[in-house]
Amino acid sequence: MVTFTLNGKNWKYDGDPNEPLLWVVREAAQLKGTKFGCGAGLCGACTVHVEGRAQRSCITPVRAVDGKSVTTIEGLADGVAEGSLHPVQQAWIEEDVPQCGYCQVGQIMAAADLLKRIPQPTDDDIEREQTNLCRCGTYTRIRKAIHRAAEINKSGVAYYEPAEGEGESA
Amino acid sequence: MKAQVLKRLGMNLSRRGFLQCGATVGGGLLMGVSINALSERQVEATGVVNESGIGFFVRIEKDGSVIIGSPQPEMGQGVKTSLPMLIAEELDVDWDNVQVEQMPLGLTRDAEGNMAWLHVGQGAGGSTSVSGNWLPLREAGATARLQLMQAAADRWQLPLAELSTEPGVVVHAGTGKRMPYSELAAAAAVLPLPEAAPALKDQSEFRIIGKPARVVDAKDIVTGKAKYGIDADLPGQVYAVMERCPWHDGTVRSLDDTAARKIDGVIDVIALDGPKPGEPYTMLASGVAVVATSTWAAIQGRRALEISWDKGPHATESTASLRKQMRDAMATTGQIVMSDGDVVAAMDNAAETVQAEYFVPYAAHASMEPQCCVVHVREDGADVIGPIQMPSGASRMVNKLTGLDRLSINVEMTRLGGGFGRRLTVDYVAEATLISMAVKKPVKLQWSREDDMQHDFYRPCGLHQMRAGLDADNRIVAWQQRLASPSKYYRRSNVAEEDMWKPELYSDDFPRQLVPDMQLEYFSMQSGVPRGSWRAPAHTANAFVVQSFIDELAVRSGVDPLEYQLQLLGEAKEYPYSNHGGPMIDSGRLAGVLKRAAKEAGWGDKLPSGWGRGIAGHFTFGGYAAFVIDVSVDEGGLRVQRVVGAVDCGLAVNPNHVVAQMESGVHDGLSTALRLEITLEDGRIQQSNFHDYPLASMADAPREVDIHIIDSPHPPSGMGEPPISPIAPALTNAIFAATGKRIRELPIGKQV
Repeated sequence: MVTFTLNGKNWKYDGDPNEPLLWVVREAAQLKGTKFGCGAGLCGACTVHVEGRAQRSCITPVRAVDGKSVTTIEGLADGVAEGSLHPVQQAWIEEDVPQCGYCQVGQIMAAADLLKRIPQPTDDDIEREQTNLCRCGTYTRIRKAIHRAAEINKSGVAYYEPAEGEGESA
Repeated sequence: MKAQVLKRLGMNLSRRGFLQCGATVGGGLLMGVSINALSERQVEATGVVNESGIGFFVRIEKDGSVIIGSPQPEMGQGVKTSLPMLIAEELDVDWDNVQVEQMPLGLTRDAEGNMAWLHVGQGAGGSTSVSGNWLPLREAGATARLQLMQAAADRWQLPLAELSTEPGVVVHAGTGKRMPYSELAAAAAVLPLPEAAPALKDQSEFRIIGKPARVVDAKDIVTGKAKYGIDADLPGQVYAVMERCPWHDGTVRSLDDTAARKIDGVIDVIALDGPKPGEPYTMLASGVAVVATSTWAAIQGRRALEISWDKGPHATESTASLRKQMRDAMATTGQIVMSDGDVVAAMDNAAETVQAEYFVPYAAHASMEPQCCVVHVREDGADVIGPIQMPSGASRMVNKLTGLDRLSINVEMTRLGGGFGRRLTVDYVAEATLISMAVKKPVKLQWSREDDMQHDFYRPCGLHQMRAGLDADNRIVAWQQRLASPSKYYRRSNVAEEDMWKPELYSDDFPRQLVPDMQLEYFSMQSGVPRGSWRAPAHTANAFVVQSFIDELAVRSGVDPLEYQLQLLGEAKEYPYSNHGGPMIDSGRLAGVLKRAAKEAGWGDKLPSGWGRGIAGHFTFGGYAAFVIDVSVDEGGLRVQRVVGAVDCGLAVNPNHVVAQMESGVHDGLSTALRLEITLEDGRIQQSNFHDYPLASMADAPREVDIHIIDSPHPPSGMGEPPISPIAPALTNAIFAATGKRIRELPIGKQV
């Protein structure tokens, strides 16, 4: 039995303790925002936070998070005002980063961790730390969005409140 | 892609049977579009079209909501935003109030019993979504607007001609009367459709088209709510993974599944036979599927399989053997597939001839979302949900494998985690279908990255031999391209050997009609490697080769490369282009993007020591793109410093996403040129994941990417593919400028 908190809620998993956290999150917990990309920790599409730090869940056996806290994209904005977004999510929308969008959840989770460690990153920092892959080639906008999120954090401006109807889709 | 598919995507409008109008359950206006789909008799017989949820382009509900359906699959090219913009513009609604829904595949049967599109042709390929839907979707919006105005005219007893609209509201200037669309929707829904096509707005009146819009469902994406193929579920589903034979056309010789079946959660193990050598693909390969109660259990079961493979007919193939085959072929005479003038005489009479040889490797699609699909084959029909570029292909495949009526096969396209041509084929749909038939349950099939890397329809590799004849003034008077490649048309049904060249050499590509004597020669190579369409198909290879060779000729002639190419393009002229992306090509527009990119980049300015600057441009599928790339090369290696691009895609429907696609072309093009290749040894693909197929990361991304859109009077052309092909030659030309080293073989890898 593996016990951990998932987006602030207590979770117990009694399946295979070697099962990657990715599949536990996606299938047992039905949190589908975290994506499978490579299964080898190479692309970062599966990035979640464990104890607040970015970790690639496809190579993290669930037993390794026993007693720890896990945050997925679904819990990233916990703690900000109801209905609001995390500054990195806000910046991602402002800079209109996504194309296919598949890697973007992982990119956002990695960037959120990066900004915790380096609140005002330089381009060199971003190139060294933001190692998630994107086949669409959204790197120009990811770089801008990380700088933008740093700006939002610095200014302490209120979190983004989406206008009515914005970004809605079925 | 196949010509017939493209024809189906390009639509001929027929007013009758095109638009349909009806009421929604909530009493709102429902506007459907059907192109040559229902015969008039059928329309009369069925009356107003049934409401089927989101199977229609426009829904205006009484509560004021405007819902626009997007018919084409979204895989990052931005059509889920740009296509609804076309409707919203002519409907005259506030874009911020529009909600967009992805439409499922809509099929029907015409009077003769043939399958026909219910709405519009659906599928994405060849950069046709925007150009093909430019008129029909605007007409749909304009007709809905006219219906709403007619409803207001009836209610107010005023002439239609005196009414106009403001976003979401019908207005009568004379009396000041105003009524929101939502209050007119119910009345508009029961009006007969106008006979004549509605007038469309003049470009100067556009409020939505041509204005930058953000990704319509960006919030869903950044919060993890957007639904991809991997997120699809059907009630009662089981999970499947599959071990496929690593050798092309190999088969299962023996299988021991004892250990696999003992894994907790494993439900079944099913051996599946792939197509016979040479047969068109259904699945890609023979293999063994493991079905379980979770993906992880299925993966564990797969690892426990003991399979002995019969390696099949291609077990000794290698990259070296393929290159030898190409080299040997080049010593012979190939198929002359295009010939203008007399290239042999022109070469003989030239003051000088120049020759160079280039190689472009196999490449994988490596879309970030590996193949996956949920299929439930029932006795009376089937459900298919997945990341599908060609939903009609999925429908045909399920029909072929099950015999089910195509109208009973529901195909739902999720957002695709990348496509790039990989999901034009539906092999993964075929696999899930066969597994579902075997277990009689809904099946969710998941490929691993290794599966995806080793079982792809790869971009063909090719050896190109270029030869040019120059006159005494260094002008090109003769041009010859010889290509030995394994054609993408491999194993397609009804493609003759003499047509194998067609997807590999586009006969009307630059510099045709600019050089008097020109010849293209093709050698069809044999390879067991599956091949397919990879973003901009053969343009990625040919633009690299042609734009590199032009640069070589310029350097040899001592002429500035931009100047040399502009001289060749000469006076602006429009001339026929019979390949996909025609019917015309315009040398002035190609020159225009080269000049604009050069101007914005400061072409001719002095660069720091160790830097080099290169330029290249290309015409792809109706669009013109050019880039200037600055690189630096020092002991730390190669660094792409800056990329400046210019694009002429006609009217830019959503300029924001035109820029996004240009940026995409930059990063994808650099990534592929720098390090990506698929190689073979002992019949097996050698690459398996991102450690040995290293997509570019942020560390490779140029810090400065500067994109310019030409203000163009032409109708819009698609943006998914045109940006990528000029990147590789602009990069290698820059490397030459920096180092004097000419890159004639991709990827660049350790050559610099």
